[in-house]
Amino acid sequence: MGPILPNGIIPSEWDSIIAIIIGMAFGFILESSGFSSSRKLAGVFYGYDFAVIKVFFTAAVIAVIGVYYMNYLGLINIQQLYVHPTYIWAAIIGGAIMGVGFVMGGFCPGTSLCAVAIGKIDAIVYVVGIMIGVLIFSEAFGLFEGIYDGESLGNITLVDTFGIEAEWVIFFFVLMAIVAFIVADFVRKRVKSIFY
Amino acid sequence: MNLNKEKNSHVYWNPYFGGFLLGILILFTFYMTGRGLGASGAMKSTVVTVVDAVAPTHAENNAYYSKFISEEKSPMNTWLVFETLGVLIGGFLSGGLSGRIGWRVQHSPKITSKRRLIYALAGGVLFGLGAQLARGCTSGAGLSGMAVLSTGGFITAFSIFGTGYIVAYFFRKNWI
Repeated sequence: MGPILPNGIIPSEWDSIIAIIIGMAFGFILESSGFSSSRKLAGVFYGYDFAVIKVFFTAAVIAVIGVYYMNYLGLINIQQLYVHPTYIWAAIIGGAIMGVGFVMGGFCPGTSLCAVAIGKIDAIVYVVGIMIGVLIFSEAFGLFEGIYDGESLGNITLVDTFGIEAEWVIFFFVLMAIVAFIVADFVRKRVKSIFY
Repeated sequence: MNLNKEKNSHVYWNPYFGGFLLGILILFTFYMTGRGLGASGAMKSTVVTVVDAVAPTHAENNAYYSKFISEEKSPMNTWLVFETLGVLIGGFLSGGLSGRIGWRVQHSPKITSKRRLIYALAGGVLFGLGAQLARGCTSGAGLSGMAVLSTGGFITAFSIFGTGYIVAYFFRKNWI
């Protein structure tokens, strides 16, 4: 039963090889979806290209349905999966800073790596920027520590937050994604096309 | 034929198809490793490694770097660093197959390359800083968090896109 590596079903020596293979698939999918182009990515904020929303939410919906379905079938133990911890202020403020960075730079870290792979010089500069950002955060950690560690709620899920069954949370999430896709297509038809 | 290739180099996958495959990949990653995907983690490891090599005492005394330094293992010997190497290879293969490889600065015709690079650098700095605060970027916190219904993952993802829409107006000249 999954997860495979933590349960020792295949030896941990395979760890790095699997990491590279998964990374290759990740990079290939992102690049083929057009995410090596900052102008395509930025389109999501100006209404001329909603590929980001479509890829992002389709992936999240497929993954969450898959995880819960595999748990239901007994193929994976959901209790063993790593749940990203919730620190309310760090999530909101960190997300807001990333949002500004996204619009200014036109990439997020994963997509910038794909752009670096095909030789985009702006992406190389962006990655250097990320490292400078990490350096600034680390050197000034005392300044951010309060936000970083504050309001910790642990590894909670929306099931705990809303107090409703996971099936319903997923149902509403899927519904929300579909509405987002419809609105995206509606808006794109009314916005001036940008060719890039 | 050459003309055809030129014309098609910006034709990408249907976004729902790409999203479907990405979802399956996230599922497979959780099935294999019990964790999700990531991207900014490897860049953090790089910074920690460089600082640890240049100024080891400084790194050990810093409350943030020291979280990622251990005696027996280099910060570069982590799952995310290998995964990131894979991302570079995968991106290169996809770009190579579609004829998209080449050195260039991509920007709107309305702005200069210099302006694009300055904004790219500034955007990177902010994204790098924000990703440390939120303990992950769009991949690690957003996608992988949402896949297991993590509340923090949802908050971070919506905060990124929400803020993006709020500030988009101020940076419109760079893109449209």
